[in-house]
Amino acid sequence: MPSLIDLVLTGRPAEHHAPWRRAIVDVEAWTLVAGELASGRWSLLGLWGEQAMVHMAVREEEAAEIAVLSLECAERRFPSIGRHHPPALRPERTITDLFGLAAEGSPDVRPWLDHGEWGVRHPLGDSVASSCNSAAYTFLSAEGPGLHQIAVGPVHAGIIEPGHFRFSASGETVVRLEQRLGYVHKGIDGLMAGADIDRAVRLAGRVSGDSTVAYALAFSQAVEAALGLKVPSRAVWLRALLAELERLANHLGDIGAICNDASFNLMQAHCNVLREGILRAADIAFGHRLMRDIIVPGGIVRDLDASGRAAIRATLGDIRRRFPALIELYDNTASLQDRTVATGIVTAALARQYAAGGYVGRASGRTFDARRSPGYAPYDVLRFEVPVLDDGDVNARVWIRIREVEQSLSLTGQILDRLPEGPLHVPVPSEAAPREGMGLVEGFRGDIMVWLRLSDGRIDRGYLRDPSWFQWPLLEAAIENNIVADFPLCNKSFNCSYSGHDV
Amino acid sequence: MVVISDIMIQGAQMLLVLLLAPLLTGFVRKIKARLVRREGASVFQPYRDLLRLMRKEVVLADNASWLFRVTPYVTFAAIWVAAALVPTFATGLLFNWTADLIAIVALLGSARFFLALAGMDVGTSFGGIGSSREVMIAALAEPAMLLMVFCLALVAGSTQLSTVANVLASSYVGLRVSLGMALIALIMVALAENGRIPIDNPATHLELTMVHEAMVLEYSGRHLAMIEFGAFLKLLLYISLIACVFMPWKIAVFGSGPVAYAIDTGAYIVKLAVAGFLLALFETATAKMRVFRIPQFLGAALMLGLLGTLLLFVSRSF
Repeated sequence: MPSLIDLVLTGRPAEHHAPWRRAIVDVEAWTLVAGELASGRWSLLGLWGEQAMVHMAVREEEAAEIAVLSLECAERRFPSIGRHHPPALRPERTITDLFGLAAEGSPDVRPWLDHGEWGVRHPLGDSVASSCNSAAYTFLSAEGPGLHQIAVGPVHAGIIEPGHFRFSASGETVVRLEQRLGYVHKGIDGLMAGADIDRAVRLAGRVSGDSTVAYALAFSQAVEAALGLKVPSRAVWLRALLAELERLANHLGDIGAICNDASFNLMQAHCNVLREGILRAADIAFGHRLMRDIIVPGGIVRDLDASGRAAIRATLGDIRRRFPALIELYDNTASLQDRTVATGIVTAALARQYAAGGYVGRASGRTFDARRSPGYAPYDVLRFEVPVLDDGDVNARVWIRIREVEQSLSLTGQILDRLPEGPLHVPVPSEAAPREGMGLVEGFRGDIMVWLRLSDGRIDRGYLRDPSWFQWPLLEAAIENNIVADFPLCNKSFNCSYSGHDV
Repeated sequence: MVVISDIMIQGAQMLLVLLLAPLLTGFVRKIKARLVRREGASVFQPYRDLLRLMRKEVVLADNASWLFRVTPYVTFAAIWVAAALVPTFATGLLFNWTADLIAIVALLGSARFFLALAGMDVGTSFGGIGSSREVMIAALAEPAMLLMVFCLALVAGSTQLSTVANVLASSYVGLRVSLGMALIALIMVALAENGRIPIDNPATHLELTMVHEAMVLEYSGRHLAMIEFGAFLKLLLYISLIACVFMPWKIAVFGSGPVAYAIDTGAYIVKLAVAGFLLALFETATAKMRVFRIPQFLGAALMLGLLGTLLLFVSRSF
């Protein structure tokens, strides 16, 4: 049983890769990683492709080590990881769709993001023009007496993002759910290539609108790591303030929306008032309700003045006063508890296997929080707890959010109290030689990973991995043996990003 | 001359329920919106919705049969006739003597039967889900409703609603345990039959959780207008039923003259408003229950009806 570090040292190290190591390994080591991933000792952080190479970011759970392993694919194929470790299946299918690299031995070779509507195949690899791909997508079958299929989406009755859900149900009981995503593919990977840093950070902030701060932060961290930049401390603290405000707004919105899916409108009405308070304070303090385009590599572009500080403090005080009554309302409404308790259970083993981040993982006993490990400033000097529950049901995911709201309230208070003075920004130098960097940031959904290679002030290859990649498949597992009518509730308790996943 | 005035008053009653039904739904929606601090649409919005739907073209599935096309009219007609049988502002109207409570249950049952068939007619999965859920609910709600009817019949000595209302309004009845049980059973059945929270959510956008809305998902244009109107009427019907049996005050006895009719129409509208407000309040304070909890909920209604009936056999004074 080798350690991750040992394995990395056997490979050819990549120069200028920060803050963690990257090594180019051979096929043997690559398959060895698959075995370690399958055994559960290591977890998969990301799997992405390039013109003739595949990369895999891996975390050794016990030692909390992170490394990137790369494999050259001279013959345009690589040994499948998904064959041993199912979480890798969808990333592999995406690599095949975008770059035309084949995952050898993969049990699932259907396209994923490519719906045959692009007019071209493998757009980022050796692209081939293709007319409409007429081959129908085959869903995995479920057979038996009395089974029937229910097709839902991609266009839904509410104003939500598009995604197709294929249920195989026996009466009301779900036997199998299969998702089909990719309807909001924007080609971020392609747009990133060749973009300068200013444009690229704006692109990163638009991958998933509700996590725009976290994405910009992860992207900036990656650029700063690649170029060895030191960000001024005031900017570091303000970034954390933005991130916590974003987390607060989204969690409050989610708590209300989950209750609304159980037709308990009252909770949502109150939560939305609180969420709106944060958005308005953010607008006063930073000039944008969702705080988009504030964080850039090298620092931030807008300072917090006295009126902004007062607005944030006022809305935080308001939430502190009113939130406890809402928790009580949630906890004491029997009809609501009846819906959320024991619905849509994700087992701890699955959460660990998929390395699910955020509330999905933490509601199923996985303690991972990127603010703690690997950790980044200023969270190393702030006091906060990472709530963890073991039940894995909708109720647990609501409670994780409730506890995180409380933690974020405390964190924002601490940040405002200790906010250092100083400059906001350092200039970003341009390096001619290729530099590689990585960022791992805890967004409200979970850990967002960004990997990029810079050369001459432009992005050579940028990969942004949304936490939803490893949460969507768990939703398929959570709904099994539940009833069809409980799906919206389970789905909302996951609240995975379509846009972040479809990039 | 007498016949003509009878017909006119009966006509006025039928017109009144038709006119008030959308307003009642609009009122409930408005109260619900205000309770969660929203402005809410105007109480007259349901009228506008109906007008809008009437003017829209009908989109029919290729494989829709005649059943799919006639169902909206059949259900609307059945519910309207049922609503005409319930005394609103006056008892003893012309139609009251032609049918009783059991006929009302039967009329509503046939309306639902057609709607459930139409839901399955075009063969979409949502229609099927909606129909199967609706029929499951109906199969439990109808016996509960009938037991409630028997309970009333034992007290009033008749299933004629006019007679029931007159008997219950008299001082002879007073407060009774069995009637209290019947009231609760009827309210539970009414919530289920009208697709209100906690059984179904009439305002939901989540297609997988719908019951009534899933069943009628394929309807559009004037067909949908008829179905919506039928749903408005049904809510009014149930509230009127509860009002005429359990709040039988200020219902004019037949032939009391125009002034009494006018006063009692006002009283009827007040009763509707009170019931609508209570409905909105209850819906706001409750989450929707899991689909498989519904049998337990309606089972409780059935048991209450049964208990009320049995108590009356033990002693007529319960």
